[in-house]
Formats: sequence, C-alpha cells, structure tokens
Amino acid sequence: MSTALVTDLTIFVLALLVGIEVIGKVPATLHTPLMSAANSIHGIVLAGALLIGVTSHTVVGYILAFVAAFFAAANVVGGYAVTGRMLKMFRRRAAPAAPPTPAAPATAAANGQQAVPGPRESTRP
Amino acid sequence: MNTFTTNMQLVYILAAACFVIGLHLMNSPATARRGNQVSTAGMVIAVIATLVLLIHDGTVTGVGWTVLIVGALLGSAVGLYSARTVQMTAMPQLVSMFNAVGGGAAALVAVYGYIHDESAPGGVLGSTSVFTVLDVIIGSVTFTGSLIAAGKLQGLITGSPVMIKGGRVLNVVLAVVVLGSAAFMLTTASLPALLIVVLGSLAFGVLMVLPIGGADMPVVISLLNAFTGTAVAMAGFVIGNWALIVAGALVGASGGILTKLMADAMNRSLANIVIGGFGTGDSAVAAVVSGDAQIRSIAADDAAIQLAYASKVIIVPGYGLAAAQAQHGVAELAQLLEDRGVEVSYAIHPVAGRMPGHMNVLLAEANVPYPLLKEMDEINPEFPRADVALVIGANDVTNPAARRPGTAISGMPILDVDQAKSIIVVKRSMGHGYAGIDNELYANPKTSMYFADAKKAVAEMTAAVKTLVG
Repeated sequence: MSTALVTDLTIFVLALLVGIEVIGKVPATLHTPLMSAANSIHGIVLAGALLIGVTSHTVVGYILAFVAAFFAAANVVGGYAVTGRMLKMFRRRAAPAAPPTPAAPATAAANGQQAVPGPRESTRP
Repeated sequence: MNTFTTNMQLVYILAAACFVIGLHLMNSPATARRGNQVSTAGMVIAVIATLVLLIHDGTVTGVGWTVLIVGALLGSAVGLYSARTVQMTAMPQLVSMFNAVGGGAAALVAVYGYIHDESAPGGVLGSTSVFTVLDVIIGSVTFTGSLIAAGKLQGLITGSPVMIKGGRVLNVVLAVVVLGSAAFMLTTASLPALLIVVLGSLAFGVLMVLPIGGADMPVVISLLNAFTGTAVAMAGFVIGNWALIVAGALVGASGGILTKLMADAMNRSLANIVIGGFGTGDSAVAAVVSGDAQIRSIAADDAAIQLAYASKVIIVPGYGLAAAQAQHGVAELAQLLEDRGVEVSYAIHPVAGRMPGHMNVLLAEANVPYPLLKEMDEINPEFPRADVALVIGANDVTNPAARRPGTAISGMPILDVDQAKSIIVVKRSMGHGYAGIDNELYANPKTSMYFADAKKAVAEMTAAVKTLVG
C-alpha cells in the first residue's frame, strides 16, 4: 500500500466520522434540505469531470468529458439553487406576526376545559 | 508532489472544510441558509482551483475546453431551471435526479480513467485499483436506480412493487457476472470487461429499485444518496483528489444516517425493504377491528366547534394532505385558530411524505412557522394535553395496532394520536394505508371521521369556524 493511498484512506475515514457527528445533529425538520445540500456537495464530482479534460484527446474522451461535465454541473448548480430556495421558506413566524404569547382566551374556560392551558410553547426550535 | 499541486490540495481542503461547516450550520433552521452559502462558497473555491489546475497544466486542447465549458454551461442551465421551477411536492424526484447525475458523473470519471490508461503504454495495471472498479459499479447502480426511483415518484412507472419473474435469480447472476468481470479488470487490461461491468451494474440498478413500493421511497432515496456519496469518494481515490474524498464521505454519512432513521421509523430492516415491499403478502395480518365496528362521522360545523373552542390542537399531516394540495388550506385554518388563541402545533412523523423531512418543507412553503413543526418524540408527550388531534391524510403512522405484537406494523413508532381528548380524522373513505390493515384509531369512541377530500374538508372547516366566531 502506497503512502498516498494510506493518506487518502485516512482522510476518507476521518471525513466519514466527522460527517456522522455533524449530520446526526441536524433536526428532522431540515432533513429534506439536508439531503438536498448533501446532493449539491457531491456535485464536487464536477472537479473530477473537469480533470478528465487534461488528458482527453480522442472522440470517446471528449464525449465522456462532455457528459460528465454536463451531469456534474447540473447536479451542483441545481442542488445549491434548490436548497437555497427551500431554506428561504423556513420562517420563524409568518409575516404578520401574531402577538408573542396570547393567553388562552376565556372561550377555553367557557368550554369547560378543566386543564389550565400551560404557558405557550416557547418558539425556540 | 511539487509545490503547486501541494498548494492545490490545500485549497481543496479549504473547500472541504467549507462543506463541513456548511453542514454543521444546518443543525438549526435559523442558521441553515448561511450554511448553504458557506457550502456554496466552498464549491466555488473548488471549481476555481480546478480551472487553475487545468490552465497551469496547459495540456487541455481547444476542443477539450469547448467540450468542458459547453457541457458545464448546459448542465448548469438545466440544473438551475429545474431548481427554480420544481414544485415542492416533486422535490423527491428532483433529489433523485441529482443523485442519478452525480452517480453517473462519478462513474464516468472512472470509466474515462480506465479507457485512457488502457490505451497508454504499460496498460492500466499500475493505476487501476479496487477504487476504480467500485466507482464504476456504485456509480452505475446509482444512476439507473435513481432514474427508476424518480420515475416511480413522478408516476411514470407504477409506484407499486414490480415483481419480475426470476428477478432475484437474475440479480444474483448479475452480481456474480459484474464482480467476476471487475476482478478480471483488476488483473488484465480489458475494455470488454469494463463494458460488462458498466452494463451489468446499470441493469442491477433497475432491478434493485423496481420491486420497491412507493411508500418505501424515503428509504430508497436516502440509500441512493449514500451510494452517490460513496461513488464520488471512490472517484476521489481514483484521481487522488482530497476534496472529492471528503465530500463523498460526508454525503455517504448523511445518506447512511437518513437511511437508518427512515428504516427505523418504519420498523423495517433495510434488507426487508430492498427484498420485498409492503402488501406483497409476506406479513400475516392479525385480527384487528372488523369493518362493522362503531364509526362515527362528523360534519364541518361540529368539527369547527371542537376546533374553535379547543385550547390545544395538534394537526397530524400525512402524504394525503400533500397529494390533495391542502397544505395552504391547513395553514390558513391553523392561523385562524391561532388568532383565536388556540395553541396549534403539527406532529410530523419521520416518514410523512416521500423523502426524509418532506412534510416540513411542504408546510414551510405554506408559511407555517417552523417552531410549530414538532418531531415525533417531542410531540408524543403532548397528545394527552391536546383537546383535538386533527389527522389529515395520515393513516398507518397513527394506528395503535402498532403497539401490539402480531400486526403488519407492530413495533413501528407511531404518533400517540389516540391519547388526545378527541380526534377528528379527515379521510376520503375507510380505505387502508400502505400496510393494508384497518386503523384501530377509527373505531376509537373518541374519534370522529370526516369523510371528504383533504382540501375540501379543510376549506369547509375553515368556513365553518369563520361563521361560528363571526
């Protein structure tokens, strides 16, 4: 096993562990944007696709380079754009902000609810 | 390594660090947008570094540049267009398509490397490694597998499990042929062997996803996401690029974690999902409530009274809500109740929707503030305090039968909807969910059934609440 390979493997394993650690903390609310973000990150394969160009001097090489560049660019650009679009929709409060903590109105009591409604859930995520 | 390539690797490591920080910032909706920006910055750095590398190298021909630039520009245009125009309900298809092209590109990197080295004097033996082979196999399987998954989600291919006669035998044969040819590739430079590996893997991807049912798509998408990440990491090994290795490993980890979460949320093993879908007759359905149990139905006015005079309402949305495009209506009804001082929250089961977290995005699009979206573990203790649980388009994930052994969904984590003081279920009919069993919740004396399409029901209830409170 060459030194370069050992280095590569080390990086791979450490990155995998970092990934598990970091991604385990992402709340379920954001799992779709997370997957979409991960999708755009694997668009880094664009770098690999571009590097094909260094040595391609044949028709087959050019076709493979073209398709790879096309695929990878679609992945990376589309991935980031759609992730951004989704995350923009996550708002803490809808535009016309409701009063912060409206006390449970008399209607609830009138309805005979025995439970005193607890303090409104904190709006912290 | 000369100074230039060393510096380049350092730039790639910087890009990789941006990816990690970007993912880290996604641990809260408040910082997630910044996370995406940091990640984008990392990507821009990596691409610019690659271009610098190409220019420095100086061997790229004019045709080569044209091919790369035109390919990348066209790809960007297609990617941007789909990202801008996609409906949020169609997000799983788009993510699947991105998985497909990502995996495809990764496979092509290895295929090209092999073809190029094969024609070089000395052949490929020196540089072909197990990583080249793995990249080709995983990338190709991901490519066709994701295309089939996207087709199923889009409805182009039937969502129900497609069982091909002898499919399993065929799968085993394919696996043997692919692995055999791959092993041959490692010892002998052979383009036909490469071709067999590519075609075999492409076929395997199709056969792997076709038999999986629509309800299992959240798992399949996550799994294919993990595959793509792994393929990209393998491509990183092939071309010796650290950015690809790190990025691939991160995506692999993310896809792996989500796959496990989704499988756990359905209480099914990965093997069980990949080998056979729900409703294929493999699980015995134990005796559950029969059809003639007492079912109470409710009209809009009564439902509106319950909702308007509640102090706490929990809405339980399922995929049926999104299918009926009712999420905006629900948000409006919830806002109306909130304005009256009713405490409203949403109980989101992990597999609500067609991909992990899908329901959250659909509700966020309808302007539901994210603090109201509660995960299963967070909301379950709150059900006993809820005056009304309003179930819209969710079925199996609310079935108390899951708590007993011996049913098709036994052991599946469910939302404790039956613990609410009263329950309103909006549903078109008494039809079954994916598990194909009766929902015992519907026979609960506290439950009232509101038989209507989700969108219509929500509109009627909203109107009734408005009339009621004037």
